[in-house]
Amino acid sequence: MELSGSEIIIQFLKDEGVKHLFGYPGGAVLHIYDALQKQDDVEHILVRHEQGATHAADGYARATGKPGVCLVTSGPGATNAITGIATAYMDSIPLVVLTGQVPSHAIGSDAFQEVDAVGVSRPCVKHNFLVKDLNKLAETLKKAFYVATTGRPGPVVVDIPKDITAPHIKIPYQFPEKIELRSYNPNFKGHPRQIKRAVELLLNARRPMIYTGGGIILDNASEELRSFVRKLGYPITQTLMGLGAFPGTDPLFIGMLGMHGTYEANMAMHECDVLINIGARFDDRITGVTSKFCPYAQIIHIDIDPASISKTINADIPIVGGAKQVLVEMIKQLDQTELKVDQNALDAWWKTIKSWQSQKSFAYEKKKGLIQPQEAVEELYKVTNGDAYITSDVGQHQMYAAQFYHFDEPRRWINSGGLGTMGFGLPAAMGVKLAFPDKDVACVTGEGSIQMCIQELSTCLQYDLPVKIINLNNRYLGMVRQWQEFFYEKRYSHVYMDSLPDFVKLAEAYGHIGILVENPDDLHDAMVEAFKLKDRTVFLDIITDQEANVYPMISAGKAHNEMDISPLQQKVQASLKAKGELV
Amino acid sequence: MRHIISLLVENEAGALSRISGLFSARGYNIESLTVATTEDQTLSRMTIITTGSDRIIEQITKQLNKLVDVVKLQDFTEGNFIEREMMFVKVKADGESQRAEVKRLSDIFRARIIDVTDTTFCIELTGAGDKLDAYIKAMHENNIVEVVRSGSMGIMRGEKALTL
Repeated sequence: MELSGSEIIIQFLKDEGVKHLFGYPGGAVLHIYDALQKQDDVEHILVRHEQGATHAADGYARATGKPGVCLVTSGPGATNAITGIATAYMDSIPLVVLTGQVPSHAIGSDAFQEVDAVGVSRPCVKHNFLVKDLNKLAETLKKAFYVATTGRPGPVVVDIPKDITAPHIKIPYQFPEKIELRSYNPNFKGHPRQIKRAVELLLNARRPMIYTGGGIILDNASEELRSFVRKLGYPITQTLMGLGAFPGTDPLFIGMLGMHGTYEANMAMHECDVLINIGARFDDRITGVTSKFCPYAQIIHIDIDPASISKTINADIPIVGGAKQVLVEMIKQLDQTELKVDQNALDAWWKTIKSWQSQKSFAYEKKKGLIQPQEAVEELYKVTNGDAYITSDVGQHQMYAAQFYHFDEPRRWINSGGLGTMGFGLPAAMGVKLAFPDKDVACVTGEGSIQMCIQELSTCLQYDLPVKIINLNNRYLGMVRQWQEFFYEKRYSHVYMDSLPDFVKLAEAYGHIGILVENPDDLHDAMVEAFKLKDRTVFLDIITDQEANVYPMISAGKAHNEMDISPLQQKVQASLKAKGELV
Repeated sequence: MRHIISLLVENEAGALSRISGLFSARGYNIESLTVATTEDQTLSRMTIITTGSDRIIEQITKQLNKLVDVVKLQDFTEGNFIEREMMFVKVKADGESQRAEVKRLSDIFRARIIDVTDTTFCIELTGAGDKLDAYIKAMHENNIVEVVRSGSMGIMRGEKALTL
């Protein structure tokens, strides 16, 4: 089969099993778009901004486990894609981003729409390529998919000069089934002896903690994690990125940990004597100040990336390996060993944890006539039976969604954890809806974040992607305002969103339905109505309490046991203290 | 502590910038970096001299290993290795006594004079970094016109080798 470079790209995507391509055309990719137009195996989604393309592909990847694929033009096309690429990089999401480039002979001449895409993207990709030879195009594309999806996944950029895609130059094409890179061996198997040591340490624990992250989801190790945790009966906490891998409604799950985690999860982290981390990276939002992190614990760390181990927190038993493979081996060894869980110690540990749980650290006060952001998420949870795909942007609403939507399945909670990218939620929701058209997909957002990629409402209409936008509108950049309240003596510097658009009219202008909700009494009905309108994008503009805060909170330089707790929890603690029951 | 890390990397455009970019992005020190192709044209050999605590050095080697272009890596510091650096020094050599002095000093350091004019000598000197430092120190500061140093490169002693 003789194909041009453009045809090779399209044929390759078909052969690789790519169904959807998120993109935006431009001069450098015109040949590719011409080839794209002549077929319909690969569906192209025309976004409204390249950032939207990368986030949509990212959301698609997170929800399906398959790589997300984008096609953008050179120069501004490539630079606009960078935020989305960096977002995927920080959360280890497999993306392949094809960027057009000016013709080979013009590279370096400051040509129109020229940017060094390989150079610009280098610090935020797993790897990138510049295609210099048409004969190596297919092989390079295969390498890109291979690198993006194996080991610790991540985004890969392939920069393709326009002359490589010229329609009149044709070469023989064959799909490269297998590829080898001598310098890249992503398959690490956990060392059996280290795993044995870890199992022994775990079974000798008196106050054990299991702490897991996005690595479980990326490695599809949710089933294995569930049987591992249930076999032991130990408490488990999950990071923001790990939610859903272990069911959020299971009694063994004691809530998310970290900066806005539950009181019980953070206290248990502080007091535990053995900590096993599977597929998380001791991020600073998790650890608080590292010098006071888990002061009594011996630490087991399982990660597929050797560089994650002992990077910020020293591991007593490091295990380099994929979460799934290591968990399978651990379960096997647990079944074989003569050692037993110290049930008395574990019961006492659970008793302590339950007493922390009884303080209800997420509890908030409902107010008449004023919607609390938490109750909006609780209502969303009820109305969708906890079964929706939830994307979010970044800020208070993101934390409320993580705290109050109890994810029971992996890949349902889709948010930008590492980079914290505002504007992620709506395009990510489009990507999810494209993958799962029959599922409810909602984007929990705020009036700040939503405006960063609001142009994608137009894409939702064109491609019939009816997502629900749950806009927690407090007229403030809430999380920044919260920090200014706590740490800058309420000097609210440039966080008030004056002159907001009428979101209902805006939604209508984009051809969607907008519903304004101002009273708690209307919340339920509005939410029900939004999800009843199956085939329409609905924008729920929910006016919420302006000064609601996210609790608990570990502020900078503080340890897990030094959380700021909500006023409500303070009252509970005071009454427990009066009764002499405070643990 | 000072470490000498030797790498085999893919001989591809961009490999060098990936490595130097890693050092700047993560705030690691880089004292010197030398690179050239090997007998295998697809591979480059690189020597990096860096300093840092054990934890930092461990991160540096792990992060370098993570780069797709890095084929193999070894931290020589633990083992027995040879380190050499090459230097060119251009010095003023005006008048009999000054010329004789420079020649004598160069003999002591086993340096070679490789270019001569009426007023200057160009000297080539190879050795470990501290030997080169000592030569510069011994040479009268005012006499030095320019100094060009290659940065260190290293190789393991004995049969051990960093090869594919």
